[in-house]
Amino acid sequence: MNRVIITVVGKDTIGIIAGICNYLAEHDINILDISQTILQGIFNMMMIVDMEKADISFDTLSEGLDRVGLEKAVTIKCQREEIFTSMHRI
Amino acid sequence: MINIYEVHETNQMIEQENLDVRTITMGISLLSCAAEDMDSLCENIYNKITSKAARLVSCGEEIEKDYGVPIVNKRISVTPISLVAASCAKSTEDYVRIAKVLDQAAKDVGVNFIGGFSALVSKGMTEAEELMINSIPKALSSTERVCASVNVGSTKTGINMDAVRLCGEIIVETAKLTKDGEFPHCAKLVVFCNAPDDNPFMAGAFHGVSEPDAVINVGVSGPGVVKTALESCRGSSFEVLCETVKKTAFKITRVGQLVAREAARRLEVPFGIIDLSLAPTPAVGDSVADILEAMGLESTGAPGTTAALALLNDQVKKGGIMASSYVGGLSGAFIPVSEDQGMIDAVQRGSLSLEKLEAMTCVCSVGLDMIAIPGDTPASTISGIIADEAAIGMINQKTTAVRLIPAMGKKVGDVVEFGGLFGYAPVMPVNRFSCEGFISRKGRIPAPIHSFKN
Repeated sequence: MNRVIITVVGKDTIGIIAGICNYLAEHDINILDISQTILQGIFNMMMIVDMEKADISFDTLSEGLDRVGLEKAVTIKCQREEIFTSMHRI
Repeated sequence: MINIYEVHETNQMIEQENLDVRTITMGISLLSCAAEDMDSLCENIYNKITSKAARLVSCGEEIEKDYGVPIVNKRISVTPISLVAASCAKSTEDYVRIAKVLDQAAKDVGVNFIGGFSALVSKGMTEAEELMINSIPKALSSTERVCASVNVGSTKTGINMDAVRLCGEIIVETAKLTKDGEFPHCAKLVVFCNAPDDNPFMAGAFHGVSEPDAVINVGVSGPGVVKTALESCRGSSFEVLCETVKKTAFKITRVGQLVAREAARRLEVPFGIIDLSLAPTPAVGDSVADILEAMGLESTGAPGTTAALALLNDQVKKGGIMASSYVGGLSGAFIPVSEDQGMIDAVQRGSLSLEKLEAMTCVCSVGLDMIAIPGDTPASTISGIIADEAAIGMINQKTTAVRLIPAMGKKVGDVVEFGGLFGYAPVMPVNRFSCEGFISRKGRIPAPIHSFKN
């Protein structure tokens, strides 16, 4: 498994999830889980994706999602899953 | 699976509470570089450092990107130069030349500091070690990235008072070579007792002789994270307070452990240790003093400060130990005055004195760190301060250190500007009574007894 966590923070607008999902689908990146909530008054979304079959590298994904984020005026961040599992799981 | 709240918590620590990995330090043994002539020695040292650490900085940057956590510094520590150069360096000029080679190697691989211009003289000094110590003022003032350290004592050997006396003079001389407004060269010089072999933090890092050929050591940080966590438990019992620090330290250290493992794997160098530290920076909210104040002190230095710091230090270790497979270095809370806005404020408010800082060093990780003192402080007084700190370390079987910055032409209450991002330090008063008669004695203080602990 080559899991990456994508987080989106910003103002909720139409098409944020669609924009990201399209980008992921184009590059054979499978979405394992999506959740969203309002934290401290701000829209927060998290996706767990699997890059096992992806046709792009982690760096390219990160840059690609930066562009999607710019279009939708939200901040999109990609991080490898291990930073969260190491911190929150024993 | 990881949930959104956990992801949010981690990212909030990174984005709002200054969580970072303070340093990835690659330790490199230079013992294989020893040579009969200076030219070969310098060439060997340069080649070994630049080949071993060629990918250190880029690898650190890759890890930073992959996990979204800042890795502030990438650094190098090397075998104490007094050992490596003993066979061929015959003058202080030779040692200055080696310092310049280290500086060039550091520049060429892109690290901001290289530690290991060091001498371990806790029992006695060889001729080479004495020459190296004497070359420190010139070496530090003619290089940018080289850090020097001297270990003057240990619990097993006692304190080498000849080295203590010499270090006082060296600190004054080094201070005199700092031009006005320049980053103080004394900030790159630490005098230790019980110096650890695997410390990743500057200026005191060196690669001990018991270490492998190369190793990755990591120093974590995160005072801001602990402070934010403590703000949620104002007025609660000590049990809740301690549990909160411990859990937070665990989380912070896990990030360090991940980064260290990854760096070691990618660089194909063994993982050494994690230094469990709360290392402050001048950034607002990244302060150890703020943590002590969040525990309920009006200002750091108030009665109760030593107890609060002892509690903090111990809980950080308890939380961090389980989070990491190998722990070492200095491990604990750092209390450098000029690198901690809360400490600077406490000094300027008048609540924190040199004497209180000395008491605090009995229970935390290092010692009197980054403290500006009046430029006219006699060398013997500085030696006296070093001897006091070394005695605390020797008797209590812990590492202690002194990094003082005599501010030439300045008096108590003035402020020393370090230039750029290095911040500033208020000049603190030093006890004006002399210890000349004590410091001018020759020889060493014997090793302490290890029983009858009172």
